[in-house]
Amino acid sequence: MKIAVPLALTLALAGIAWAGIQLLGLYGLFGIVVPYVALASFVVGFVYRLVKWGRSAVPFRIPTTCGQQKSLPWVKQNKIENPASTAGVVGRMLMEVLFFRSLFRNTKTEKHGANLGVGSAKWLWFGALVFHWSMLVVVLRHLRFFLEPVPAPLAALEGFDSLLQVGLPVLYITDLTIVCALTFLFVRRVVLPRVRSLSLPNDFFPLFLLLGVVAAGVAMRYFVRVDVEAVKEMAMGLVTLHPVVVDGVGTIFYVHLFLACALVAYFPWSKLMHAGGVVLSPTRNMANNSRSVRHVNPWSRDLPVHTYAEYEEEFKDKMVKVGLPLDAE
Amino acid sequence: MAKLLKQDELLDFSLDATSADWRHAPVEFKEGMYCHGAKPKNLEVVGLPNGHDWSPTDDDWHLPEGWKDIVLNGMEDLMKKYRSFKLYMDVCVRCGACADKCHFYQGTGDPRNMPVARAELLRSVYRRYFTTSGKMFGELVGARDLTEDVIKEWYYYFFQCTECRRCSVFCPYGIDQAEITIMGRELLNLLGLNTEWIAGPVANCYMKGNHVGLEPQTIMSNIEFLMDDLEDITGKRITPSFNRKGAEILFVVPSGDLYAEPGTFTFMGYMLLFEQLGLDYTLSTYASEGGNFGFFTTNDMAKRLNAKMYAEAKRLGVKWILGGECGHMWRLVNQYMDTWNGPADFLEVPVSPITGTRFENAASTKMVHITEFTADLLYHDKIKVDPSRNDHLVVTYHDSCNTSRAMGLLEEPRYIINKVCNHFHEMPEETIREKTLCCGSGSGLNAGENMELRMRGGFPRANAVRHVRDKYGVNVLANICALDRASFPALMDYWVPGTKVMGVHELVGNALVLDGEKERTLDLRLEELPKKPAPASTGDAGVEAAAGADAEGVGSDA
Repeated sequence: MKIAVPLALTLALAGIAWAGIQLLGLYGLFGIVVPYVALASFVVGFVYRLVKWGRSAVPFRIPTTCGQQKSLPWVKQNKIENPASTAGVVGRMLMEVLFFRSLFRNTKTEKHGANLGVGSAKWLWFGALVFHWSMLVVVLRHLRFFLEPVPAPLAALEGFDSLLQVGLPVLYITDLTIVCALTFLFVRRVVLPRVRSLSLPNDFFPLFLLLGVVAAGVAMRYFVRVDVEAVKEMAMGLVTLHPVVVDGVGTIFYVHLFLACALVAYFPWSKLMHAGGVVLSPTRNMANNSRSVRHVNPWSRDLPVHTYAEYEEEFKDKMVKVGLPLDAE
Repeated sequence: MAKLLKQDELLDFSLDATSADWRHAPVEFKEGMYCHGAKPKNLEVVGLPNGHDWSPTDDDWHLPEGWKDIVLNGMEDLMKKYRSFKLYMDVCVRCGACADKCHFYQGTGDPRNMPVARAELLRSVYRRYFTTSGKMFGELVGARDLTEDVIKEWYYYFFQCTECRRCSVFCPYGIDQAEITIMGRELLNLLGLNTEWIAGPVANCYMKGNHVGLEPQTIMSNIEFLMDDLEDITGKRITPSFNRKGAEILFVVPSGDLYAEPGTFTFMGYMLLFEQLGLDYTLSTYASEGGNFGFFTTNDMAKRLNAKMYAEAKRLGVKWILGGECGHMWRLVNQYMDTWNGPADFLEVPVSPITGTRFENAASTKMVHITEFTADLLYHDKIKVDPSRNDHLVVTYHDSCNTSRAMGLLEEPRYIINKVCNHFHEMPEETIREKTLCCGSGSGLNAGENMELRMRGGFPRANAVRHVRDKYGVNVLANICALDRASFPALMDYWVPGTKVMGVHELVGNALVLDGEKERTLDLRLEELPKKPAPASTGDAGVEAAAGADAEGVGSDA
């Protein structure tokens, strides 16, 4: 169920795009309306989620400290893993966002009879890193459809990505790596009993969507050629707010576009928002300096306490007996 | 206390065959794995709501009228108050990195003890009532209805989490199961559901100043006994002051150090140190608890118990506060106290009267950790120590969860241990510092009736101790946490018998050379110090040395 439903949903989405173009010829809908709607959903949703999180208070400084604190001058502080300053926090966050620092710590706990052991488990980190970096490069590469002229850095990136060229058309390294990484992430969810037991349909759906987008993209790049010039014209139309539908762009392009739109529209309403959430995570984005700089809780309020006077009142006879000084006369 | 299983029975589980149906399996209360329910009187004392008579094994928990709304409104309220809660309900991708990092999972194999799964117990309810997809698609997106069985499951599993934060170290988004457990317990407390082992100490602490309910005269007589022992050991009479106005420093310890072995030995270590320094300090019978079981009920309760420290510091007119060895006490001092009950503008930035070191890292809370204080003394050679007095001890060091993952106090205790002991060996890297493994009894789980749970939760830690015992002959598990001192003896007896549990300042007390003390023949446990080959007589030891019992020689008072 948890695999079948999201898979069916993804295939259905692809089918809708195919049917909409191939059978109904709804070019305007799929080439213009859907992309704008998806973009709107993405922007509105992203902002909405961030604002919603942002409106929750951060009452306490609760960084998870993963290294030596700043204390005595001769004790070497770990400024990244246990930051005491904003610069340290930025460093820590960059390590998390760019290199998945915490995931890099991953290990595998192994139980052999009466003993526990710790094994290396860097594959998840590696697979996740490969996927996210590939995704970034792929997205950046796509910017050439939306920019005229194509900026030099983008062209350079593309050149770099196609270093492994074997024949024609140009083979992008990231096309290869993103497929491998997504496949890995999918397979581990199915094969590892623990992860399988944790996974929900909403964990598989984004994987299938991504695989679908990539598959359609790869297909039209290497197998079912589409008119790239026409695609660019459509893309430029979208960004310049003069959308056009250009004839002769294959159906496969619309499948690719529609799945991508589904992904973009779905993004902010799903677990994919971890992308925005990670930078707000209080255990990672706060400095461990709450002993030297007071942190204020916005909803703090006075609460009843059992005062010393009440305590003394209750125990005064006993206190006098053992010679404890009293405040009250 | 329930009868404990044999080790091999207890370890008869696998970490690789995780059943896929944990989301649907009904919760089963296994004896030895849960604590008794809180008695209403202890909740009423502190004004916690809906106290009632119930037992976890009852079919009907007699939840208060409208309990569902209470919980859901509570969730909504907590999500507004805590970004951590709201965010951690949303951003988990179930990658599984945390799954096998939890000591309770490692010791039970119970899938619901995977941190992510424990979080899902709450997340599933969140989805059902607070997300559109959950409202529309229900189970398909991992949402489920809030039922009495869910409440029971929360009770069982949120008290199988020690809020140790180890999962949070490995999570790519820093999702902290401790935060989720804390919220889960807040919600349970709205329904009057807590454990008696937590509620009792909270009530005690509120009324009497400490968890065990020691009254002022009892605290003083307990300490008197300890000072008698110290007199036997050193020949010096130490007379600490209590509730003394105008002292420079208020010294606050976890109350476990006041009455129960082996914490009392740690306390004796503090006293010897302060005596040697001539420190101008006082103890308080009112603020006689550094620990805070209130933190295991609700945030408000924790704040109310914590308030005593600053209030007493202000009343006594001290300049700053020094804190003893305790884990969650220090999480709270480091991350909560100033926010709760500050600003402590009636205190001064702590300065060591011995070295002149200004503790800038405590400039706002005005509270210094005893290992920071002592490490500073040793660094500046202000105390004389004879590490050979600890030569019969082969020491390893356990980082307590809170001081490592909610503070980063890693090097100070090690620096001290290396100065006062000659035989120190670390446990494997994956089990210390920020990756330290919990004692299995933290966050109020150190009761008697849940002993099997404690032995299971502490198994990974014990396993690492056993490793260094076999490799280096380690016989001492040093620590800076009162809960460790309370819980490790039972854990060691079960898994690694013969291992002693010692606070770092017990080791300090053993090694510390006092002015005018007699030749030591006993350690702080009143056990004979090992005999050493007598050095060529230095003349000053006289009759005692001639008796040949131990002839320390090194650093004698001459």
